[in-house]
Parts: sequence; C-alpha cells; structure tokens
Amino acid sequence: MSDRALSVVRPGALTTVQDLGRPGQAHLGVPRSGALDAPAAALVNRLVGNQPAAAVLETTLDGCAVRPRSTVSVAVGGAPCPVTVDGRPAPWGAPFRVPGGALLDVGAARYGVRSYVAVSGGVAVESVLGSRSTDLLSGLGPPPLTAGTVLPLGRPVGVPARVDVGPQPAPPAELVLRVTLGPRDDWFTAAAVRTFTTRAYRVSSASNRIGLRTEGPALERALTGELPSEGMVLGAVQVPPDGHPVVFLADHPTTGGYPVLAVVHPAGLPAAAQAAPGTPVRFVVVRHR
Amino acid sequence: MTIPVRALPVGDRALLVELDSGDAAQALHAELLRRRAAGALTVREIVPAARTVLLDGLDEPDRLAAELPGWEVPPLATRTQEAIEIPVRYDGPDLPDVAALWGVPPAEVARIHSAADFRVAFCGFAPGFGYLTGLPERYDVPRRATPRTAVPAGSVALAGPYTGVYPRASPGGWQLIGTTDAVLWDHARVPAALLTPGARVRFVPAGRREDEPVSHRETEPVSHREDEQAGHREDHPMSHQDHEPVSRRRSDPAGSS
Repeated sequence: MSDRALSVVRPGALTTVQDLGRPGQAHLGVPRSGALDAPAAALVNRLVGNQPAAAVLETTLDGCAVRPRSTVSVAVGGAPCPVTVDGRPAPWGAPFRVPGGALLDVGAARYGVRSYVAVSGGVAVESVLGSRSTDLLSGLGPPPLTAGTVLPLGRPVGVPARVDVGPQPAPPAELVLRVTLGPRDDWFTAAAVRTFTTRAYRVSSASNRIGLRTEGPALERALTGELPSEGMVLGAVQVPPDGHPVVFLADHPTTGGYPVLAVVHPAGLPAAAQAAPGTPVRFVVVRHR
Repeated sequence: MTIPVRALPVGDRALLVELDSGDAAQALHAELLRRRAAGALTVREIVPAARTVLLDGLDEPDRLAAELPGWEVPPLATRTQEAIEIPVRYDGPDLPDVAALWGVPPAEVARIHSAADFRVAFCGFAPGFGYLTGLPERYDVPRRATPRTAVPAGSVALAGPYTGVYPRASPGGWQLIGTTDAVLWDHARVPAALLTPGARVRFVPAGRREDEPVSHRETEPVSHREDEQAGHREDHPMSHQDHEPVSRRRSDPAGSS
C-alpha cells in the first residue's frame, strides 16, 4: 500500500467513514447515509483544502486515534474535544500538520456527540454506489473502524485554509426542532399533537445514526390500524407503537410502516446529530397544513 | 384518464401522494418516471410504496400538489416489457404451510407461483429487496407467527400480497417457499439491484431453463454485517409485528428485540 494511509490505533466506540452519502437511490432501498453533522464535515474538509465530497471520519462520544504513514494536514471539528499529536496539544477547529508516524489522538467529546476528522486528500476507501459512507442500516460502505484498520488516503487537491479557527455552532444545551406537521398527523389524537408540540422530551441513549430516539410523554394514536409501507424522508418524526417520537437521521430506512407525525426542518438536523443523551428536546410547529 | 390522488405535504420539500390502490400507485410511478425522463419534472427521489409515491427534493411541492389531480395517468401497461426470469427451487420450509393455506397439494404451489406474472411494486427493507405483486388476492398469506432469526440469502418468500427474495441473509418473518441462486444485489454490478420498481418478473422452476441461467452468484453478498440488518416496520420481511422503528444498536447484532 502507498504511504498515503492512516493506521487506526484506537477506533473509539463507533467511528465511521462519511461523505455526502447516497441520495437519489431510495427507490432501491438504499438509505442516503452521509455525515450526520454535514456542516461540520464540510468545514473540516475546507480547513484542510479538500473538496466537499471528500470522506472524513465521524467519531461517537469518545473520539479515536490514528497514525498517518506520511505527513498530512488534519482538521478536527464538530463536537469540541481535546486533540493531541504524540501527546502534545493540537488545535480543534483549525488545520494543523501531523508528521508521518505520529499519533493523532482525537479525545472524548467535551460536549456534543460526533467529532469530524478531515485529512488532506480525504479517506479513499472504495466507493460504493457513489459514496464512501458507512451505512449502519444496510451495511453498505466500509465497516466501522477497528484497531489495525488501514485507511488509504487520496491525493491532496488543495492547500489548507489560512485561518486561526473556523466558526462552529456549539452543541445544543436544549434541542429545539422546528417541524411541519404531517403527513400522518391525522393518525394521532388532537391531545397527542398538542403534547408533541408543547411538552419537553429528552434525547434517549438508544439514539444512533438511524434515528434520534426520544423519551417523554407517549403519543396516543387516533387510528390504530396498520399503515401500508410508505416512503420516508430525512427528518421524519416517526411514532412507533410505544408512542415515543423518533427523528430519522441519515441512515434511516427508505420505507416504513409507522405513521409520520411531522417532519423536522433540515436546518435542525446537524444540532440533532450533536444532542447527547439526556438533552432536552422541544418540537415547535412552524407550518400548519 | 385522471386518477384520484391525495397529495400530502411532507416537510417543505416533499409530497406523499396517496392513491386508491397499489395498481394506481404503480401507474402514477410509471407516469412520474416518464415525466422526469422528459425533463418535465425535477425531483431527487421518487419512492413508490404500497399505496403511495413519495416525491422528495421538490422545489415547489405546493404547485405540483395542485397540478397532480389533473394529470392524465395511463393505466399500467402489462406484458409490454421483457420479464426478468428468476430460477427457483421450490424447496422452502414453509411450502407445506403455504399449500395448506392455499388449499392445494404442495406440488401445486410451484405451478401456481411460477404461472403468475409479477411486477416489482416497490423496494425497501434492504438494498435490492423488491416487493412483488402478481398473485391473485386469494393467495395472500400471513407472515409467520414467529420470525426466523436467520433466513438464507436467495430465499423466495411470501407475505400478504407480496413475493420477495432475500438479497442476503437476515432475520425474517415471511413464509419461505423456495430458493434461488440469482444475485439480487451486487454493488459492484451496474445496476446493483436485479429488481427495480416497475420491472416485470417471472419465477421459473429450476431445471426448466437450465440452458439460460440468470446471473448466477459470482460474489459474496453485499454486506459484511448482514446479521446487523434490523427491522423497523410491520410488514417488512424481517418481522411479524411491533418491531422497533430504528435499527438495533451494534451491541445487538442479531436484531432481535
């Protein structure tokens, strides 16, 4: 293998390769996938001079550690975390050099959930259906990182940005998600819709790349029948039989059979990706049908 | 002719178009593909399902919602395209149960199933999994009372009005009537999916057309984590009922909730 590669020393709880995903193939049952906090992934790519479609690493809560075989530019963003190179502090949110053979450690998130690590040239694992993203629902793309995994890197196409620090929103202390009701709000009682839009929920620890699960008051259905399978969008708020809303994230199934009460405005999804378990969640209706 | 449609807004950029029947949904899906190919419709995703078509990534969903009821939607053309032939060994463990539900001897199941003209109504559950319609309604069967924890790749299965072929090993609750060597999904192939929405399909009892095998297995199934596939809906091929809406976490690789 070429010397443009990263060796994984510490994979962390769940670190995956992510890019812009596989939109446009839902009719084949292929989830969109891609970085959950897309603006953070785009920013770290820009900081190291990569194209927006370059693949980055997405960590979950406790970071990861990798060793590049040759000198690379790196930027870390998304969830704020300590960053070190061979034990010495390195910046978060700004580009820096990592010498070949040095250990880059991306530490546990101080707050938020997912940190993003861009490396000059991008992670160049095999592309599947136009994307290098790991899709945890369907299993497309590379498996999550494990210790010893060697990730090939692409050729750098740009130069690192000359900035001191790239501005990034802080992970939310309270997650306020703007929603449009429907398409299946008529499957719920008026009281349930009121509960959904006025009461506080919390992010459940069972959340993952497929959905942001919530804990809070259960929502009662007005219709109890079975809904025939129908197409699902990113940000759909699906309500399973337990009555607790689930916000669909990038690896969501392309079709589903539980009613969708509302759809989260896309601008709220990066914050949803950074909302740690226990974070309060409110759903605010911005458009009535 | 125009057909009754109900266009429901889905967020700001999508429409869920609800129709009276699965046939109407398939007819509208075909019309949407024609209009998109002709450049008359700009949309990122067209996702047909049981009785709906989802249009995602629309610039002006309200305008399309207003126009849709006036659209001329020709009835679904049948037998106008070549059928994809899938060779099947009718050797599934649920074949006797299906025969009993149908009220026929077990050998008749293969004859009835292979005589039907199928269409891929929609895809879902897993990449390359098609929900095929074409059997007369009297042959609808329930899902198994207890889903299997492992259904082998290539299993040909029935549930409700649908026939499906498991693209890879996964948990499953459908009634297994046979096995095929056809490769339903290969991400290195173009197209990756053997079955796409709208395609015609026939199941051919293995042995009848051995001179013309259909794309025999050349590669391993797509997933290296296929046992992590998990269910999220009631009539999908993994489940019987009440499955959780999002996938199991990685600590629960069997997908059993």
